[in-house]
Amino acid sequence: MTATDTGATARGTGDRLAELFTATRGAGRAALVGYLPAGYPTAERSARAYAALLDSGCDLVEVGVPYSDPVIDGPVIQAASDTARGNGFRLSDLFGLVEGIAARGGRAVVMTYINPVLSYGMDRFARDLAAAGGLGVITPDLIVDEADEWLAAADRHGIDPIFLVAPASSAERIARTAQHTRGFLYAASTMGVTGARDQVSSAAPELVTRCRALTDLPIGVGLGVRTGAQAAEIARFADAVIVGSAFTSMAGAGDAAEADAALAGLAAELADGVRIAAAAAAPSAGSAVGDRS
Amino acid sequence: MVSPVVAPLAVGPDPDRAGGRSPSWLGPRPDGLPRPSAAVTGTAHDPDARGYYGSFGGRWLPEALVVAVDEVADAYAKARLDPVFLTELDRLAETYAGRPSPLTDAERLTAQVGGARIVLKREDLNHTGSHKINNVLGQALLTRRMGKTRVIAETGAGQHGVATATAAALLGLDCTIYMGRVDTERQALNVARMRLLGAEVVAVDSGSATLKDAINEAFRDWVTNVDHTYYLFGTVGGPHPFPLIVRDFQRIIGLEARAQTLALTGRLPDAVAACVGGGSNAIGIFHAFLDDPGVRLLGLEAGGDGIETGRHASTITGGTVGVLHGARSFLLQDEDGQIRESHSISAGLDYPGVGPEHAHLAEVGRAEFRSVTDREAMDAMALLARTEGIIPAIESAHAVAGAVDLARELGPDGLVLVNVSGRGDKDMETAMRWFGLGDPSTAEAQVADRTSTEGGVAVDGR
Ligand SMILES: Cc1ncc(COP(=O)(O)O)c(C=O)c1O
Repeated sequence: MTATDTGATARGTGDRLAELFTATRGAGRAALVGYLPAGYPTAERSARAYAALLDSGCDLVEVGVPYSDPVIDGPVIQAASDTARGNGFRLSDLFGLVEGIAARGGRAVVMTYINPVLSYGMDRFARDLAAAGGLGVITPDLIVDEADEWLAAADRHGIDPIFLVAPASSAERIARTAQHTRGFLYAASTMGVTGARDQVSSAAPELVTRCRALTDLPIGVGLGVRTGAQAAEIARFADAVIVGSAFTSMAGAGDAAEADAALAGLAAELADGVRIAAAAAAPSAGSAVGDRS
Repeated sequence: MVSPVVAPLAVGPDPDRAGGRSPSWLGPRPDGLPRPSAAVTGTAHDPDARGYYGSFGGRWLPEALVVAVDEVADAYAKARLDPVFLTELDRLAETYAGRPSPLTDAERLTAQVGGARIVLKREDLNHTGSHKINNVLGQALLTRRMGKTRVIAETGAGQHGVATATAAALLGLDCTIYMGRVDTERQALNVARMRLLGAEVVAVDSGSATLKDAINEAFRDWVTNVDHTYYLFGTVGGPHPFPLIVRDFQRIIGLEARAQTLALTGRLPDAVAACVGGGSNAIGIFHAFLDDPGVRLLGLEAGGDGIETGRHASTITGGTVGVLHGARSFLLQDEDGQIRESHSISAGLDYPGVGPEHAHLAEVGRAEFRSVTDREAMDAMALLARTEGIIPAIESAHAVAGAVDLARELGPDGLVLVNVSGRGDKDMETAMRWFGLGDPSTAEAQVADRTSTEGGVAVDGR
């Protein structure tokens, strides 16, 4: 079973990610994407935290599934995942969280390691996520070579499958990965695990340049961003700035009100960042990288 | 639809049937036994181009690691056919690791059990004390050939870590070993050995702080340092091509044992028994018998407190299919697909996954898998010590326990070959606690009690 075998099925949620990037490209800016582990630090605070991100300038949230073996995550997200699981997070809670985000008009994609999806059932996962109003799924440990069943399920239910490319990926692999990706292509800016870094990796602009030569998909850059200045730097060459560990380390600190305030503060700073870059570089929608970097 | 990117590894003639022909320059051994080079040049049971054994295996990993595993696969595809590489492998196996390992006719154990004749493949006599050295020498040579200067590895019991640190010292490579914090505490002696050998040992606190978390941490290191670092995987798990590479370097166990058993007894065994953690010693001894339909292959998994208690490490007998550490296989997981912690008295078997080729052999019915509890394994450890003067690793004691059962089932006309994958020196602290050996005034009585009364009852009652 493959994605193309299933033929043209109706896309349940429409192309809301495509709409988002049309809008941000039109406004000459990058989108701001905020990641938090679901259920962190508790179910209730988690729902508030996503709301804080969306209300303070995130265009899209990534709802991370806390996993026992998060092989591409650094210590911050590992520890947060353990906390969320320790506080009782169950996979079935994911859909309620996404539903809550969608109900208030927010856009959500899920980021999950593949084994929970396999265990839940790929078709069932895509179906339930679509029903909850989720737009896509980022799968950090699934490569397109192994994704036939997932691509078919995602296609059936109108879920955008979002894959990662890395600095070490060959042109051939970037092209094949992009061919099966919808929504946006996720460019991991460094070889390494998630975690806030002081400097934006020099590999990021180069990787994005290589991607642009091979695909028209919007390109999101993640891994390591934590300041408005870094966001501005990335927004010069990418379509989305993805921030995870920096938000995660705030979401669990202090009480709920303090955490919300911290999250809102950082989101606002980053949201300014993705716009300052636009003012400076004034890129045209979908322009080639040469113009943008 | 998605076309494979992995070039198929070259498949050569089946060396099992090639009469011990050695593709290295060392030529045949005077005793006619095969050399390790004969085990790696390709078999009729290699995985497909995408690394699948039936429906198991593949590459379930982050995109960032694809280039790294491709590079390993390419290097190995060339190395396994290169006489220079193969000659070095053969030379080290013989002059450094002590191959071939002997086959021991376990006469007193056989008599005590009163069933089939039991013969023991003595991987415990290898340098560093287990079968792990076979794999490590091969992959360390591959590391050097690839121009990498640093190896990293995970370890549970510490045996693979010690073997890797040994090979790194031998070949002048930097070495970092990841080990769960819990395991560094229960295998403190092996931590000291690795450090003495010049390796850095990193205690891993994340997750359950055991072997699976050490593997996660090693992958994190690899993805960051892949330009100069080789991940020397310790068992037949992980993403393709590791299950193939590790299996090939362990196949020598079965090639030798098959020839030795024929020479000693004039026939093939009725069954081959081995313990299964990730499955490297088991696949190593099974493989030479895959095309001998009359030979049963029996894998013994760690039953911990018993499968029914949920506290075990019996991945095939008590697990379900999923994806862990790069491969689709059986694993221990909850209803949400979260990996469950395994439990075993033996650190080397305390792993919630298993190699994909075993999953395939189980699915097609070519191999059978049973579960052996902590208690049964410790009984077997004492039994082998008392009857043969061999103190096996607790991992290997699981194989002995399963073999003893099977020997009874087969009866006196039968012949069972057991892989003694390692020696028990590293397990003496556990044994002291279990058998009460710490207090000299009571040690004798307690061992006698547990081996000839409880142990005897358990053996007789099977
Ligand atoms: C002596 C011994 N046997 C068996 C094992 C289990 O590994 P595998 O199943 O890969 O042979 C270990 C692992 O540390 C070991 O030290």
